[in-house]
Amino acid sequence: MSPGGLQLPPVSLGGSPRSTDVPSSEQPELFLKKLQQCCVIFDFMDTLSDLKMKEYKRSTLNELVDYITISRGCLTEQTYPEVVRMVSCNIFRTLPPSDSNEFDPEEDEPTLEASWPHLQLVYEFFIRFLESQEFQPSIAKKYIDQKFVLQLLELFDSEDPRERDYLKTVLHRIYGKFLGLRAFIRKQINNIFLRFVYETEHFNGVAELLEILGSIINGFALPLKAEHKQFLVKVLIPLHTVRSLSLFHAQLAYCIVQFLEKDPSLTEPVIRGLMKFWPKTCSQKEVMFLGELEEILDVIEPSQFVKIQEPLFKQIAKCVSSPHFQVAERALYYWNNEYIMSLIEENSNVILPIMFSSLYRISKEHWNPAIVALVYNVLKAFMEMNSTMFDELTATYKSDRQREKKKEKEREELWKKLEDLELKRGLRRDGIIPT
Amino acid sequence: MNPCPYFFLLGKGHGGSFRLLSPSVFWSSDLQLRKRGPGGGPHLLCRHSVPGLPLPPSPGLSPAYQGAGRGQGAGRGQGALRAAVTRRRRKNMAGVAGPATGSGAAGGDGDDSLYPIAVLIDELRNEDVQLRLNSIKKLSTIALALGVERTRTELLPFLTDTIYDEDEVLLALAEQLGNFTGLVGGPDFAHCLLPPLESLATVEETVVRDKAVESLRQISQEHTPVALEAHFVPLVKRLASGDWFTSRTSACGLFSVCYPRASIAVKGEIRQYFRSLCSDDTPMVRRAAASKLGEFAKVLELDSVKSEIVPLFTNLASDEQDSVRLLAVEACVSIAQLLSQDDIEALVMPTLRQAAEDKSWRVRYMVADKFSELQKAVGPKITLNDLIPAFQNLLKDCEAEVRAAAAHKVKELCENLPMEGRETMIMNQILPYIKELVSDTNQHVKSALASVIMGLSTILGKENTIEHLLPLFLAQLKDECPEVRLNIISNLDCVNEVIGIRQLSQSLLPAIVELAEDAKWRVRLAIIEYMPLLAGQLGVEFFDEKLNSLCMAWLVDHVYAIREAATNNLMKLVQKFGTEWAQNTIVPKVLVMANDPNYLHRMTTLFCINALSEACGQEITTKQMLPIVLKMAGDQVANVRFNVAKSLQKIGPILDTDALQEEVKPVLQKLGQDEDMDVKYFAQEAISVLALA
Repeated sequence: MSPGGLQLPPVSLGGSPRSTDVPSSEQPELFLKKLQQCCVIFDFMDTLSDLKMKEYKRSTLNELVDYITISRGCLTEQTYPEVVRMVSCNIFRTLPPSDSNEFDPEEDEPTLEASWPHLQLVYEFFIRFLESQEFQPSIAKKYIDQKFVLQLLELFDSEDPRERDYLKTVLHRIYGKFLGLRAFIRKQINNIFLRFVYETEHFNGVAELLEILGSIINGFALPLKAEHKQFLVKVLIPLHTVRSLSLFHAQLAYCIVQFLEKDPSLTEPVIRGLMKFWPKTCSQKEVMFLGELEEILDVIEPSQFVKIQEPLFKQIAKCVSSPHFQVAERALYYWNNEYIMSLIEENSNVILPIMFSSLYRISKEHWNPAIVALVYNVLKAFMEMNSTMFDELTATYKSDRQREKKKEKEREELWKKLEDLELKRGLRRDGIIPT
Repeated sequence: MNPCPYFFLLGKGHGGSFRLLSPSVFWSSDLQLRKRGPGGGPHLLCRHSVPGLPLPPSPGLSPAYQGAGRGQGAGRGQGALRAAVTRRRRKNMAGVAGPATGSGAAGGDGDDSLYPIAVLIDELRNEDVQLRLNSIKKLSTIALALGVERTRTELLPFLTDTIYDEDEVLLALAEQLGNFTGLVGGPDFAHCLLPPLESLATVEETVVRDKAVESLRQISQEHTPVALEAHFVPLVKRLASGDWFTSRTSACGLFSVCYPRASIAVKGEIRQYFRSLCSDDTPMVRRAAASKLGEFAKVLELDSVKSEIVPLFTNLASDEQDSVRLLAVEACVSIAQLLSQDDIEALVMPTLRQAAEDKSWRVRYMVADKFSELQKAVGPKITLNDLIPAFQNLLKDCEAEVRAAAAHKVKELCENLPMEGRETMIMNQILPYIKELVSDTNQHVKSALASVIMGLSTILGKENTIEHLLPLFLAQLKDECPEVRLNIISNLDCVNEVIGIRQLSQSLLPAIVELAEDAKWRVRLAIIEYMPLLAGQLGVEFFDEKLNSLCMAWLVDHVYAIREAATNNLMKLVQKFGTEWAQNTIVPKVLVMANDPNYLHRMTTLFCINALSEACGQEITTKQMLPIVLKMAGDQVANVRFNVAKSLQKIGPILDTDALQEEVKPVLQKLGQDEDMDVKYFAQEAISVLALA
């Protein structure tokens, strides 16, 4: 068999005659025939059935991959619908329920796709098709339409990471070549994410979709459209709330930073969003948030920094005094970052008073000696930065604490009075106490 | 809204205790499967729950009430408000301490009413979410203190303006406002509550939005028809045509509450809005609409149901997303209930047939899961013609989830078949499929079947049960999977009524013994819970002979939960078999354990005494149990000693005064002087509870 040439089946799927190498003039027709043959789907759950036919389909798919890679002039107009039909038949299916009841990607082994020997080749073939030099989006768009893309996106929920990896490439190529589908793809990804965040918390392909989005965001034109800003604030930021954040956090943080590098004025809403969704009970997520925040601070503009420094450092003060040493440690590492240090130094008159009481308390109280040592260094840095203010804060530390305690007590009393009032009014209303 | 059915959410849950379970014990036991709501699972609350941290100081609080009420005219109320705040600020600056502040509040009536709003505003602006949350949760207190007018003119505008907070605070606010009608002056003013709730209904977080919708639904009932059209319906329209999907989603839940009381013209508009949401561009909104379709259909005129709802239903049932299609199955139940047989056949059945064969297993699962409801809704004739064949297909579906869901419905389906010809129909059309399922490859399917199969015996009668069902029961009793066996055992009572348990007892015993010794403690726990039931059905002789030793062995299980359950089990057995039986078979064995070298076993004696004393009565308690307890007061392990004190406290009321004064009191007094802190504590507690001081 010549490389890239098509051979007809020994025992055909669809009943083509047996033959060896075929003259090139007949190859286009044979190509179509083979595409049609490959629309036959086999049951891979039954490992014993149709072994011969499965092997034959596999070799046919291999031939198709070779053919489309090497041959010239093979993509005639009538091949497009057949290619898309063959691909659709094979890849579009309702994904099976997960074996391990509630699939936890962090703990469970994924269920691998049983039909992968065929599926892989179909994906391989489709990617070669999309990447072929002869490929013409203008013809393909009749067949690769919104419905096609929608079904493709649903497949991202596949548990099999190999499949998701291929899907990523496929979707990326489609996004690149079909300008008319771009807005639609973005909108559908939005819907998937929103459903993931607010309805199911389950979708296997979030990381892959975010990876694609990372490159899409990179190409956004400036000034950013309202649609894109909305995507950032209403979709990407809420993605931080999901339980399985660790599975896609790297990709998510990358997208966020991409946005901020494009348009620094988005820094404030982003950081306020992170503050709003700051994890309250999950230390592991808190560490991720701190990591992301540092990535953001690495690219922040000093003018933006000034806008959010107060809420930001109130949160950092809380993290620094976290009893979980990894959280405290991660926050204290900010002081090893030269750029952040320079920002803190410029604004020490605002930041120092926010941080001081936490640092001072932790330096005496934290159970972990490593944290105490780090805090000591941070305090030292502050002392060198702004010694007058530092001395002042040290001097008033005790009285400040006392004042706070008093305030707290005051508030308790207020509420007590208020409740008495309610009780009294209730009694009056019921006519127990005369008005 | 429940866009995702609880496919197979049997095993591992969101962290926490569920993880300890072997997945399928839950499937089999009669515990509810957890529904997975739209992001509303427990994790959501975890996400927001705030540990009770000490209040962080907030030095230099930004001036209270700065900018609140922006956009409002400076009415009379506003002025008063500002005055109140200024006054408070002045006080703070002067450093007036608690008591003084209090005296201000406790002054005249007019004076108190100035106070709370300032407090609220300060608290609402507090940096600590927990404090903000606390003040929102006490919103009714504040409103009550303010009185209805100021609640309307000051508090509500303030709240409407402050909706930017953390979701947890918003959730509390949404909940509070649902019960606020009385606090704003009754039904005539209920519409004042709409603006803040409208904003809350557009929030992203599902939990908050759902709560706001719930409150809105509640409040809608309090509106007069006129106010409903003037205020409530426009709100629904605004939400339904909102830009972002959240408001449109919320709107879906509000149509059905305002429709019945609206005028004809407005009704038309409402239907129009609902129609457009059913074909919304966003699947989230279509899901919300689909999930409310049945509810909305119920309040519509029959003509509109046929001419408008049915087409919407058909469309949603063939939506491109299976998450929408499966919700249409639920709506199917409500719609079918409203229609005549002919109409069901013509308008609903084509869609339902299609759903039962949908290419997505989720939709088929939903059909299986809703099968009993569907059966009732379409009536017996269509059931026989259409649903039975569909059910057979579901029982041999290629996805185990679907088979399991269908297997769960076997009994209900059979029960609800018309009496006439029922037996034949079950024998010919259902039983063959059930036989297949007994040897299914998937344990969840077998387990689901085992949880209902016993119920068939009452439907099929004695002869059929012995001839056809008994072999199946016996096969399942030998199943490799413990949950299957457990499910059979736990439903023995059904069979007992029909054929008597003796038929099964030879096979039962090995199955019970095996479960009793299962390596998974939850399996052991489950079988213990069925012991009283089994004992009752098998009778005292069989029990003494075969099962008694098992029950005693559990008392020394190495898992505390098993020992505890075994203790309770003994109590139930005594209730069943009587005190004489207890005295002869149980009590001696329990008391012997008081000398066991393992202190945990010695404590088990005490726990058993706690449980048994009441059932055994005064005589046995005083003569047999009390001496042992008192002897154990000298135990060298402190845990045993303080449990002695607890036991004495527990059995004290059963004893007579002499025993209390002469025997219990000196021992407790001695324990009251024990060197161990806990022993002392519990001894003193017992002394005071028993009034022996």
